[in-house]
Amino acid sequence: MKSPLLEINNLCVDYVSPNGIARAVNNVSLTIAPGETLGIAGESGCGKSTLAFAITRLHKAPGVIPEGEIFYNDRDILKMSDKELRNFRWNDVSIVFQSAMNSLNPVITIGEQITDVILAHKKVTYKEAVAKGKELLEIVGIHGDRLSSFSHQLSGGMRQRVVIAIALALEPKLIIMDEPTTALDVVVEREILNELYDLKEKFGFSILFISHDLSLMGEIADRIGVMYAGNLIEIGDAKTVFNNPSHPYTKGLLASFPTIHGPKERLHGIPGDPVNLLKLPVGCNFQARCSECVAICKKMVPALDELRPGYKAACHKL
Amino acid sequence: MNNSNIASKNISTPRHESEFRKKCRAVWFKTKAFFDGNPPAIVGGFLMTVILLGALFAPVLATHNPDKRVARPHVAPNSEYILGTTRNGRDVYSQVLQGARKTLSVAIFAGIIATVIAVSVGVTSGYFGGKIDEWMNFATNVFLVFPQLPLLIVLAAFLGQVSSVVIAVLLGVTSWPWGARVIRSQTLAIRNKEFIISAEVMGESKIRIIMVEILPNLISIVFGGFLGTVIYAMGAEAALGFLGLGDATEVSWGSMLYWAQTSSSLYTGAWWEMLVPAIALALTGGALALINMSIDQISNPKLRTGPHMKIWKKMHKEADRSRGLL
Repeated sequence: MKSPLLEINNLCVDYVSPNGIARAVNNVSLTIAPGETLGIAGESGCGKSTLAFAITRLHKAPGVIPEGEIFYNDRDILKMSDKELRNFRWNDVSIVFQSAMNSLNPVITIGEQITDVILAHKKVTYKEAVAKGKELLEIVGIHGDRLSSFSHQLSGGMRQRVVIAIALALEPKLIIMDEPTTALDVVVEREILNELYDLKEKFGFSILFISHDLSLMGEIADRIGVMYAGNLIEIGDAKTVFNNPSHPYTKGLLASFPTIHGPKERLHGIPGDPVNLLKLPVGCNFQARCSECVAICKKMVPALDELRPGYKAACHKL
Repeated sequence: MNNSNIASKNISTPRHESEFRKKCRAVWFKTKAFFDGNPPAIVGGFLMTVILLGALFAPVLATHNPDKRVARPHVAPNSEYILGTTRNGRDVYSQVLQGARKTLSVAIFAGIIATVIAVSVGVTSGYFGGKIDEWMNFATNVFLVFPQLPLLIVLAAFLGQVSSVVIAVLLGVTSWPWGARVIRSQTLAIRNKEFIISAEVMGESKIRIIMVEILPNLISIVFGGFLGTVIYAMGAEAALGFLGLGDATEVSWGSMLYWAQTSSSLYTGAWWEMLVPAIALALTGGALALINMSIDQISNPKLRTGPHMKIWKKMHKEADRSRGLL
């Protein structure tokens, strides 16, 4: 196995609130290999986006990382100085945020916003930067003349493509996508993801894909990690997680959406609400909503054990 | 009939009381939250409370009649005349308390006038747009380019020595354009948001949209502008008084400064006559500015500080130290 591009060890992220300290990401360890697509799935508020923010060190007050290491090519991101961090961001890791509408400045043309990134990080002339910008737009399927457009002149899908083009501008090794297609309809979503897949083949970057859409993830990700209440509870190759999950929570997630083929069945979903991070129960976080809860679940926190090589899950039943 | 009346009273009274108590409690908690971990609010609020109480209870707290000659001129501060006396033999301590009433009421009255005009002009022109906006914006700009203090001086001089009510009205009428511009641009930003459009679709009247949907979003700006205008009006009132354009027979901090100046109290060593009203003005202005600062923290939840932010700072520092960043 090749050495991982990104290695996260025991990462913890806390939010300090007036009512106490909430641990949004708890002891998460994972790796991303070069050229790999890792999907992170989970409910709203389970720590997916917080994890993405921690990797680029974008977490702000009241967020804090008390423990953990994030190695990118054997350099700890959390130990970088501000200057190193500035250089690291976008050159090595870029990020696509949830709402592309808000990532683009409404009063600056998209051309300027693309060339800005290039000029800030590379020693090129303005003309070269514009040429590169044009090329990038054409890569994501927008005509190069659109460089002089403002963001309100583009549709939602086009804006998302522009944001992806900006993320690609410096050919980073890792792109973090934080629910990049949540605001788009399925047709546009499909187009963009197909393009993304082609681009990945071409440039060979890794993707950390964050979404709550497991079926989408089953398709594009090589491996899937599932998070619940800040914990990584299951991680393994996409096929197994999607078709044959081990953890009751993943099973519940998969039972929450209908299949297109086959008979119509009543959906089960997951009963109850996500746990309050300020009032975590003793033992497994998922105990109150779990259909297979037994006595030990209320006493001990299950560890993330390796069931098979490359496949881990955290449940006492396994 | 009588019985039932008593019975209903008996039932309703405790319920009413508990309701009232609940409200009191809510207000108490809100006030506590406002001051908790907010040093500018604590200092400003304390100062302002002292000043307002002093002004409110001036007749009780004053030791002498502020308008009467009560001692020899320029008596240095002593146990009977706590802050000394003026050139005319009046008690400075009693005068400063009495003057607070005049000065503060003029400043607050002017602030209310200016804020009311600013809000109505700003919101109207921002919300309706078009021709109305054009004309109102024109009027705002005209008022904006008036040199304000010279205008006030000319007006006051033209009207002769004018009473404090006239000064308050003059200040109010001339100091609204800044607020109006800020409120107009903020209204422009809000009026295209979805919740305004949905209110329009629901058939809400324009008045209701302005009062219920738009105005609550502007509270912090309006209140900040109000306090700013009050500070400005207080300074301007004192300046006019100092120049002798106010009514010099009324006791206000401005007229106190005027008399102190005309009696050249600083040259003759009677520093108390000049410094006491000056410090009173500075303290009041400072207190209002501090309250203005603390309102920012309340109106913008992202700026809000509190005890938990101290914990965050500590944890953040520790985390940085463990990584060798500090």
